[in-house]
Amino acid sequence: MAQIFHSSANNLSKLGIVVGLLTVTGLVGVVFELGADSSYATRQGIAREQPVPFSHTHHVGSMGIDCRYCHTAVENSWFANVPPTKTCMNCHSQIWLTSPTLEPVRASYRNDTSIQWTKVHDLPDFVYFNHSIHIKKGVGCETCHGRVDQMPLMKQQASLEMRWCLDCHRNPEKYVRPREFVTMMGYEPERDVGADQHTIGVKLVEEYHIQKLDTCYTCHR
Amino acid sequence: MSEHSDNPQAGNLPTVDADAAAIRKRLEGRTGRDYWRSLDEIAETPGFEDFLHREFPRQASEWNDGDGDGRRDFLKLMGASLALAGLGACTRQPTEYMMPYVTQPEDVYPGKPLFFASAITQGGYATGVLVESNDGRPTKIEGNPQHPASLGSTDAFTQGSVLNVYDPDRSQTINFLGEIRSYSSFLTGFKDIVAEQIGKQGAGLRILTETVTSPTVDAQMKDLLTQYPSAKWIQWDPIGIGRREGTKLAFGSYANPVYKFDAADVVLALDADFFISGPGAVRYSRDFMSKRRIREGSGSMNRLYVVECTPSSTGAKADHRWPLKPSEVEPFARELAAAIGGSAVAGGTWSTRPWFVSLVKDLQAHRGTGIVIAGENQSAEVHALAFAINESLENLGKTVVFTEPVEASPDNQLARLKELCSDLDSGTVDVLMILGGNPVFNAPADLDFAKKMQKARLRIRLGMHDDETSQYCQWQIPQAHELEMWGDARAFDGTVTLLQPLIVPLYGGKSPSELLAALTETPEKTGYDALRDYWQKQHTGTDFEAWWRRSVHDGMVADSALPAKSMSGAKTPTASSRQPVGPDTFEVSFYPDPYIYDGRYANNGWLQELPRPMTKLTWDNAALMSIATAERLKLWSEARVELKHGDKTVWASVWVQPGQPDETIAVHMGFGRTRSGRAGNGAGFNAYQIWTSDSTTYASGVSLRDLHQKYSIAATQHHYLIDREHGPHKDAAHQAFPADADFETAEASLRGIVRSVPLEEFQKNPNAVAELGEQPPKGLTIYPDVWKYKGYAWAMAIDLTACTGCNACVAACQAENNIAVVGKKQVLNTREMHWIRVDRYWEGSVENPTAHFQPVPCMHCENAPCEVVCPVAATVHDQEGLNTMVYNRCVGTRYCSNNCPYKVRRFNFFLYSDYVTETTKLQKNPDVSVRSRGVMEKCTYCTQRIQYAKIMSEREERRIIDGEIVTACEAACPTQAIVFGDQNDPNSRVTKWKKTDLNYGMLADLNTRPRTTYLAEIRNPNPEISALEKKS
Repeated sequence: MAQIFHSSANNLSKLGIVVGLLTVTGLVGVVFELGADSSYATRQGIAREQPVPFSHTHHVGSMGIDCRYCHTAVENSWFANVPPTKTCMNCHSQIWLTSPTLEPVRASYRNDTSIQWTKVHDLPDFVYFNHSIHIKKGVGCETCHGRVDQMPLMKQQASLEMRWCLDCHRNPEKYVRPREFVTMMGYEPERDVGADQHTIGVKLVEEYHIQKLDTCYTCHR
Repeated sequence: MSEHSDNPQAGNLPTVDADAAAIRKRLEGRTGRDYWRSLDEIAETPGFEDFLHREFPRQASEWNDGDGDGRRDFLKLMGASLALAGLGACTRQPTEYMMPYVTQPEDVYPGKPLFFASAITQGGYATGVLVESNDGRPTKIEGNPQHPASLGSTDAFTQGSVLNVYDPDRSQTINFLGEIRSYSSFLTGFKDIVAEQIGKQGAGLRILTETVTSPTVDAQMKDLLTQYPSAKWIQWDPIGIGRREGTKLAFGSYANPVYKFDAADVVLALDADFFISGPGAVRYSRDFMSKRRIREGSGSMNRLYVVECTPSSTGAKADHRWPLKPSEVEPFARELAAAIGGSAVAGGTWSTRPWFVSLVKDLQAHRGTGIVIAGENQSAEVHALAFAINESLENLGKTVVFTEPVEASPDNQLARLKELCSDLDSGTVDVLMILGGNPVFNAPADLDFAKKMQKARLRIRLGMHDDETSQYCQWQIPQAHELEMWGDARAFDGTVTLLQPLIVPLYGGKSPSELLAALTETPEKTGYDALRDYWQKQHTGTDFEAWWRRSVHDGMVADSALPAKSMSGAKTPTASSRQPVGPDTFEVSFYPDPYIYDGRYANNGWLQELPRPMTKLTWDNAALMSIATAERLKLWSEARVELKHGDKTVWASVWVQPGQPDETIAVHMGFGRTRSGRAGNGAGFNAYQIWTSDSTTYASGVSLRDLHQKYSIAATQHHYLIDREHGPHKDAAHQAFPADADFETAEASLRGIVRSVPLEEFQKNPNAVAELGEQPPKGLTIYPDVWKYKGYAWAMAIDLTACTGCNACVAACQAENNIAVVGKKQVLNTREMHWIRVDRYWEGSVENPTAHFQPVPCMHCENAPCEVVCPVAATVHDQEGLNTMVYNRCVGTRYCSNNCPYKVRRFNFFLYSDYVTETTKLQKNPDVSVRSRGVMEKCTYCTQRIQYAKIMSEREERRIIDGEIVTACEAACPTQAIVFGDQNDPNSRVTKWKKTDLNYGMLADLNTRPRTTYLAEIRNPNPEISALEKKS
């Protein structure tokens, strides 16, 4: 019986194996790369469920409460702390007294137990981010957290990937704003300061002594 | 404990092959600067060569922790980890939660540490500390700069004690005969006993405590003793018996000697390791070194003479050191007393020796500015003699000042303990309360305390652990750690120091004061109320509240040091009679371990793994003997022997120690615990087994029997050796030292790694230090200096004159940087993780060598050899000159470590960090990553502290002030031997130090441009004695 396959088929099959393997590896790589950057992995733009559906739209957008009324530590500490129950109760012992939505808050105050909030902006544990210095150097809340005044439920605006951090750490002039506008939502340099971002940015980098800190120990240790 | 005789690892330490005769021959006639690390180095045993030539000795290239099979397991593990690594990348971060306060306390910002003043006690004596609290967890201890015993520094014990809070093996429940009970049920049951004892005037009540310096507890005790007049209070601490009794013997009453080392020009230590042990050691180290500030341009130095029975840190820093047998210390002191008093002793052993004459002359030349100090473990007689010598030298009231006793109710502890034993024997004891301590473990062996205490009807124990003593008590009540309780204690000079809790007792522990309240009408009175009530009664001023808040804030009562009291007429005690020593027996001297003390820190992994200053042993103690003795007995290090004192025996392992007097053995106490917990159980041998009440200083007539077994000891003396330049001893470097041409082991001196110069020589020739090594010119590089350090340039300088080798820096670094404990097996494989190590070099003869210490952290080289070999850029330079280590990039090739000439990089061969034990997680510094398996790590110059200071200064729009950044090692150092700062700032301390003629870089000839440099050690030998030594 004649051979079904010509001897060159050996080479073809070998080539096929190699190409097949390469394709599979490549595909896996592509899926990995896409997956690692996907909002599934970074949780970018995903609102998290919370024990109380706290609305920043309402409190910041409608009522105009300053960020620092609740996030008191932001100018002092690493963390812009989630406010203690007492802060909620400052107002909610007067208004919305019977709202069932606020029952977990009242229960927390009554029983002296913490409300367990889900962390929305969760950096990996090997990243040491300090809020106070960013505020001091004129990085607006909005720059990282987005328009929280338009977020009925809190979501993560940015990817929080290292390349995203480095964009600003390498080019701070693209993002910084005068200190008086740090907590402002919807800041527009042309409207609010009367100059374009680049002009202001370059000026502020000089004025606030903003360094381009891109060495590892700045954030990792 | 397992025997390692059949374990292949047993041969890991190169010790057996050393030939004593060869060692002597090699060292013969050496007078130059010949430094050696160990006897094996001189003998050039194959094992030592192995250590020298391998970066990670032996098992480093194998994937096993001693239990695996090597290659096959390696392949299996590799496969598994590849698969897991792939899967791991698919996961996203786990969801984390936040738990805010309900009502946030004032001044508390989440994430911002707070510091509270408190105290840590040792043998009853307090050291004031500031404790860092991270969100309610005490994580790190610093010294309290205002406190006289600390002045901002700490010792290794204090650094370690924060780990004890989280010891997973602590006693966690109240136990009655093994059943868990509540404290209220204890109080209910105890009520009947109390009633019964009140009826009997307390005749059957005995309370055994540790040494009490607390005014509050003392007042409580005295109240109790009025309520129960026939009850007895016994205090017991095995360490410092002679110290306590010395003043009584000399002056007839108890007093507290305080030494003013900052006023002393000549110091003689009689077997006294005053840098490490005894009350006020931290302060004394600081004061002593303040008289050796050559680095600050001072041209004068104090002089230290030491006679001792085993090498110690103090002996290592001595300008002249002489080994003495334990039995010779007292006759020596007696002869010295007589010689100084002007009366010669007939048939004296020492008075005819020229060096003794010079010593006497030097002491006499410094009347009123000298100190003679006797050791913590020395007998009362030696202490009394030291006082008599000080008196005839007119030192009393000047450099040796007395106060009222610091101990609240000083008493002859040993006599009282014996009395308790006889009371127990006669059956008169109904209730025995043991508050703290561990008498079953640490009472003299001949008292047989464990057996006798069981004759008490009811035995109640307050203890941190369910330990050796607890097992014989019906009730075991968890004791609160000092950072969990309110209390007070006095410091070495009597300063009242307040203990403030940092955390609610983790296991509902009680303080001694709270348990004593159970005997009163207010059984549930808190420790805080007892303390505050006592001080309210003492306070005479008007505004108590303000005074109290101030005192708690400062951690001490202002101006409460005891006033000086004049003492005179020190009596020379009669010679203590010791039984004549039979032939073929040894004198065994006993010492507290430098890190686990009397055994109380035995379960502390940090302190167990801290290499002892002189022996470099970890996880073990040993019977230290001289090379001649070992040779005579045909023994060598790691041999197992039986020591027999009377009818008491113990199995010990031998360690040959240079500088140990012949025919003597030194042992350290505190090891050999059986119920201390996972770290302490089975580590070392229990020297208390041959420690008897008639021989608390030393035992004579101890016989030794070779058991013909081998026991591996994890000593770090050969670890991280710095290699020879171009193979052994046939290079150009030797040409520069023709006198040493035949001497093959003077590696450290050839390359100028450790440099020590006598004061006289340095004064004659300011270049004396620089001439000891080669310094390449700044421009020696094929690459132009592209990068200019324009901002900060961080640098460190370490003063070798001041380093006492105490290892407080190593312990502090471990606490600050979340450094893992690896255990004995891993230390045997050279895998200890300490980021800073203290190298010890010997110089001179094996009989009485001089020792040198050299702390070695990362050098942060400007031309760092590690950086160029990393294939993944996991170690890179930053703009301020830090050699950064990025854990997340590291893939574990270990090339960096291979290329590091200083051997300061540490690799996580296994998952050394404890991710499992819940309690120890609380201790971790939240500002430093906890490193996982497979990554390299090393000293970061405490980059978290640098970043913190940078953020604070930027927020305040200013530059960082010199001294604002204090690295953990610098902060802890009792002698301020380490300084860190900005070398671009011409006024910073580090710049000033580096400008002195003492400054040199280690292996600077490699052109690495280390940022860490050393100030050479300067010693101040007595020219008369040096001349004598040269002649002989």
